[in-house]
Amino acid sequence: MKRRTLLAAPFAVAATRARAVEKTRIVWWHAMTAALAEEIGRIAGGFNASQDQVEIQAIYKGGYADTLTATIAASRAGQAPHLVQVFEVGTGTMLAAGKAVKPIWELAKETGLAIDPKAYIPAVRGYYSLIDGRMASMPFNSSTAVMWYNKDAFRKAGLDPDKAPATWQEVRKAAETIKTKDAAPVAMTTSWPTWIQLEQYSALHNLPFATKSDGFDGLDAELVFNTKQHVKHIERLLEMSKDGSFKYAGRDTAPDPLIVSGEAAISFGSSSSRGNLVKSAKFDWGEAYLPFDPEITKKPENSIIGGASLWIMTAPDRNPGEYKAVAEFLKYIGKPEVDSTWSQNTGYVPVTFAGYELSKQQGYYTKNVGADIPVEQLARGSLTPNTKGLRLGRLPEIRNIIQEELEKALQGGQTAQQAMDVAVTRGNKVLREFAKAVRA
Amino acid sequence: MDRRTVFNGRLLPVVLLLPQLLLTLFFFYWPAAEAVWSSLTTQDAFGQDWVFVGLDNFQDLFDDPLYLDSAVRTVFFCLSVSVLAMCIALALAVFADRQIAGRGVYRTLLIWPYAIAPAMSAVLFLFVLNPRVGLLGRWLNRHGVAWDYTLNGSQAMLMVMSASAWKQVSYNFIFFLAGLQSIPRAVIEAARMDGAKGWRRFRTITFPLLSPTTFFLLVVNVVYAAFDTFGTIYALTQGGPGKDTETLVIKVFRDGVINQDIGSSSAQSVVLMLGVILITAIQFRFMGKRTLS
Repeated sequence: MKRRTLLAAPFAVAATRARAVEKTRIVWWHAMTAALAEEIGRIAGGFNASQDQVEIQAIYKGGYADTLTATIAASRAGQAPHLVQVFEVGTGTMLAAGKAVKPIWELAKETGLAIDPKAYIPAVRGYYSLIDGRMASMPFNSSTAVMWYNKDAFRKAGLDPDKAPATWQEVRKAAETIKTKDAAPVAMTTSWPTWIQLEQYSALHNLPFATKSDGFDGLDAELVFNTKQHVKHIERLLEMSKDGSFKYAGRDTAPDPLIVSGEAAISFGSSSSRGNLVKSAKFDWGEAYLPFDPEITKKPENSIIGGASLWIMTAPDRNPGEYKAVAEFLKYIGKPEVDSTWSQNTGYVPVTFAGYELSKQQGYYTKNVGADIPVEQLARGSLTPNTKGLRLGRLPEIRNIIQEELEKALQGGQTAQQAMDVAVTRGNKVLREFAKAVRA
Repeated sequence: MDRRTVFNGRLLPVVLLLPQLLLTLFFFYWPAAEAVWSSLTTQDAFGQDWVFVGLDNFQDLFDDPLYLDSAVRTVFFCLSVSVLAMCIALALAVFADRQIAGRGVYRTLLIWPYAIAPAMSAVLFLFVLNPRVGLLGRWLNRHGVAWDYTLNGSQAMLMVMSASAWKQVSYNFIFFLAGLQSIPRAVIEAARMDGAKGWRRFRTITFPLLSPTTFFLLVVNVVYAAFDTFGTIYALTQGGPGKDTETLVIKVFRDGVINQDIGSSSAQSVVLMLGVILITAIQFRFMGKRTLS
């Protein structure tokens, strides 16, 4: 051992001379593709150029689910990356990961990283924080749901293209007009049926999706999205599907092409579709707030986020220097100019107030009408226990269950009430199993 | 004809067998043992804590009506795919076995689909059957058939069955063709002399003589439909709409990889493993008997 050290010494000296300081290398797994991946590369490159202590390497690891699976496998083998991008619905799983992750507040304490939670937009920060306000993961790419509509189709149907329908009653009327006037092949559709028509709908109307503040207060939360108000909305969708004014076009982002191609007149989707619409839509389109039902609330609350955050992973042989390097990087992405550039180039919302202000000052929102709607919609009202987001384990599985039952109802196999009741029962079973596994 | 090589000593045979044994050990016994072990535990996704729960996972599985539905659906799916793929292949093989011009070309073309990856075959079917971009899908909708497999479970099932069977036809075709060619011409000729016409000759002479091939293919097809159709189904419907095309393999993947429920997913794969062992045992038993007799 000693002899090897002696032999290696001259080389080590030479190496040190060649590069004055040995850089700390950190690895970041992400799930972004195409233009978004280029932006990730830009951030990593910008950070590497901004200092000479740390070198970050950004690696694409597949979609969100694949990235999470790969992280879990790597963590089990003691080979977890330093940083990993995890989708918002994986937050419950990550929080239950114990020693496998290092929460932001713990990292801040160990490395002296100064992070002020108040610098982050509450609806974003809340999703990734513990109930006492300590931040667990770093907000990164956040979006929210908005309503996209085809102004040309509105004109054709004799509707006012500059006044988007604000309530569900108005949306339904508009969709019916579009359908009868045959102004578009598809009057209305929705991407992310569960996220938008149930999760967002609950937040907007200040209805609980689950007990225990949507799961923030404990693992024994139970799903409650089968109330009269929820069912009323699902019934509305079923009725609209029957009379042809609503077209169900699949799960997750599957319906996205319908609005971009101009086939659909009204669609609900992620605010991060903006880039796609700017690039590909060959018609006059508009972005609007998610509609609400005035019979439930006169003043809608904030919407909740989608997207992902960055988690810090631990590994058996990781040294304090590496965590310090990670902290440096987090500090870098929290800078207003980095945040606002990322947001403007991708369509995600700025996650810090300072980033938002900077984009405003640069005139981004006056040049891009409607681009500030997602931030305004996220920031309006005051956070209630029903609008902080969802803190439920195995949420992706619960979303699948809801979609399965919803699809069954759309096929005419069951009523809206039955669909929600069954989804709640099945979902609660998943939550119990998650609690059992975590407590194990 | 019993040719047997006798080795003196033990070292040489062991060394010769070692590579295969090691492969089996590392790629089968080890993961299989791991799966059996995980199926007896409850653990969090990151594998930091686990408790031994005995047969609880299996108990939960068989108490779950959705699992039983999935099992019934899988049996139905496997048999349908096998029968469909074998019937088409047999018909094609019988025709390709005749003396016709360009026989070689037909045969080659019929064998092609076997070389296509499952996900690619799924994409091909999307181009044909998607209600908005597919040729046939659009045609159906224009002509008053409400074709939309994203919402209609039976249509989705029909689609994944066709896509799965289509890929297996070529494989079956090769075996049926070889089987047909190995039937002694003399027997066929004798039947012809006795006045047996086409269909009758096929039913009473050809088909019975093909039965070893048919049985072998049945086993292979069932195993294919149960396990190798994952790529096709996942790319086409991801098990939806609802759970209408969720076979057991899709469920194992969903529970284990997406939902991170390691215990239940392992229990499901152990059940599947027992299924395969059973099928293989039956096959060996019958095939063994046939070769002996």
